[in-house]
Parts: sequence; structure tokens; C-alpha cells
Amino acid sequence: MAQKVIAGVTVDVTEEGYFTNPAQWTRELAAEIAKEEGVQLTDKHFDVLNFIRERFAKGEALTIRSVGNSGIIDIKGFYGLFPGAPMKKAAKVAGIPKPASCI
Amino acid sequence: MVKEEHPLKKVCIICAKGTIEDVYAALVMSNGAVMEGIETKIFFTFFGLDAITKKTMHSLHTGTTGNPAMRMPGGLPFPTLLGIIPGVEAGVSAMMRSQMEKLDIPPVQEFLEMIEAGGGEVYACKLAMDMFKLEKKDLWDGVKEVLTVGQFYEMCGGLQTQVIFT
Repeated sequence: MAQKVIAGVTVDVTEEGYFTNPAQWTRELAAEIAKEEGVQLTDKHFDVLNFIRERFAKGEALTIRSVGNSGIIDIKGFYGLFPGAPMKKAAKVAGIPKPASCI
Repeated sequence: MVKEEHPLKKVCIICAKGTIEDVYAALVMSNGAVMEGIETKIFFTFFGLDAITKKTMHSLHTGTTGNPAMRMPGGLPFPTLLGIIPGVEAGVSAMMRSQMEKLDIPPVQEFLEMIEAGGGEVYACKLAMDMFKLEKKDLWDGVKEVLTVGQFYEMCGGLQTQVIFT
């Protein structure tokens, strides 16, 4: 198990930088991780991150489609918030494990 | 996981068949690539055109004859002779669609829209359209262009690019 110091806080992460303990997550850490990913977080980002964290906490599958149906943002907007690989980036910034979904 | 030394930058996916499973194989591969930030182009040709034709895209079927991998619910083999009974193919197809919905796999049009929203591009084959007497207006509005094979290949250039035939 790897550890990483982000904004002065030590957190447990995987080799790829995904949190292994979502409870260690804070908004400050999210902002730092996002910066590393080249993303400047806005309130909209946090709405999406909170949605993703809640869904993960409930044990529900995380798919691009579920984010698109969240009522927070459409899929195009989601790609806009986290350019490139939105589901993976958002999961990393949201402090949850790497998504295991294929869709 | 070991980082791939030369990660994929672009995939060009060809879908030439119109059954549920063939179309979804292409759609899942395409959407998966888009989700990874890989540039994605899908080329629909021959019966694959059914997946992007307005009239047919909402009612794709799976074949119930001649498929030795087909099973009954519960796992018993599915006799080919059963598959020829009218209505069986429609029933099996409906069951497949409902199973996919449970896994949050979207219907064809919504799936295509997801791919497009992520920057994926959808193309149709000119030759197959001529064969099936289809025009651009018969196709789903998101289809970017009708292409010849040569034009498609021109788009498939570049390092770290793969052409995938599903």
C-alpha cells in the first residue's frame, strides 16, 4: 500500500494515486489532486464529486451514464469538467477507488 | 498495473453486423475508448448500418438460430429448432435488452449520443448505403459523414492507432 502526501496530509493511495480510504478525503485534498490532473475545481465540479462519492458509498455502480442522469450535468458537460478520461479523473479527485465499470 | 509504454491514441472501429451483440460489441469498445480519452471513430457498414438507421436502430435483434453459444435462462442449450418459432427471436431480443438495461447499458441511440458527447465520431459506409438504398437523411442525425473506404482509411493514420473489426 502506497502513501502520498497531499497538501501536507498523508493519505493511503494505490500505485496510480487512487484513494484506498475515501474517509480520508477532504475538499482541500480534492483541489490539490485536481491541480495535478490539470483541473481547476469549481462548485459544479464539487456537485459532481459529491454525487460520485454518495453513489460509491451506497455501493452503486458508477458509469458515465449514471453521472449523465444525475440531473447535475449532462455527459458532454462531464467530459468538459474532467477532460480526457472523465470517470477515472473524477474518481481520483473524489477520493474513491478506480472505477471498475466498462461503461 | 504496469503503464503501457506506447498507450493507444486512436481507435478506428468497424461494425459490419446488425445483431444486438455485434452492435453492442462495437458500441462498448467505442465508448470505452472515449472514456479513456482515446480518439475514437466508428465506421458502420453492411448490416451494421441497422444500428445507425432511424427505422431500425431501436429494434435490433439477436439471432436465435445457428448460435451454439445461445443458452436458455438457467444455462441449458437453446435448441436451434426453437429459435425458428415465430416470436421467439423477438422475445429473446427483448430479454437481452432488459438484461442490458439492468447493467446500465443504454439503448443504441443513447449509447451513440454518449459516444458523440465524449468526442467520438460516427461514420457510415457509402458502398453499403448504395447497396441498401439508404440516404444520409435515413440515418441517425449524429452520423458525421458518409465515407468511402479510402476516406475512412485516411482517418486511420498515425502512430499508436488501431483498426478494430468487431
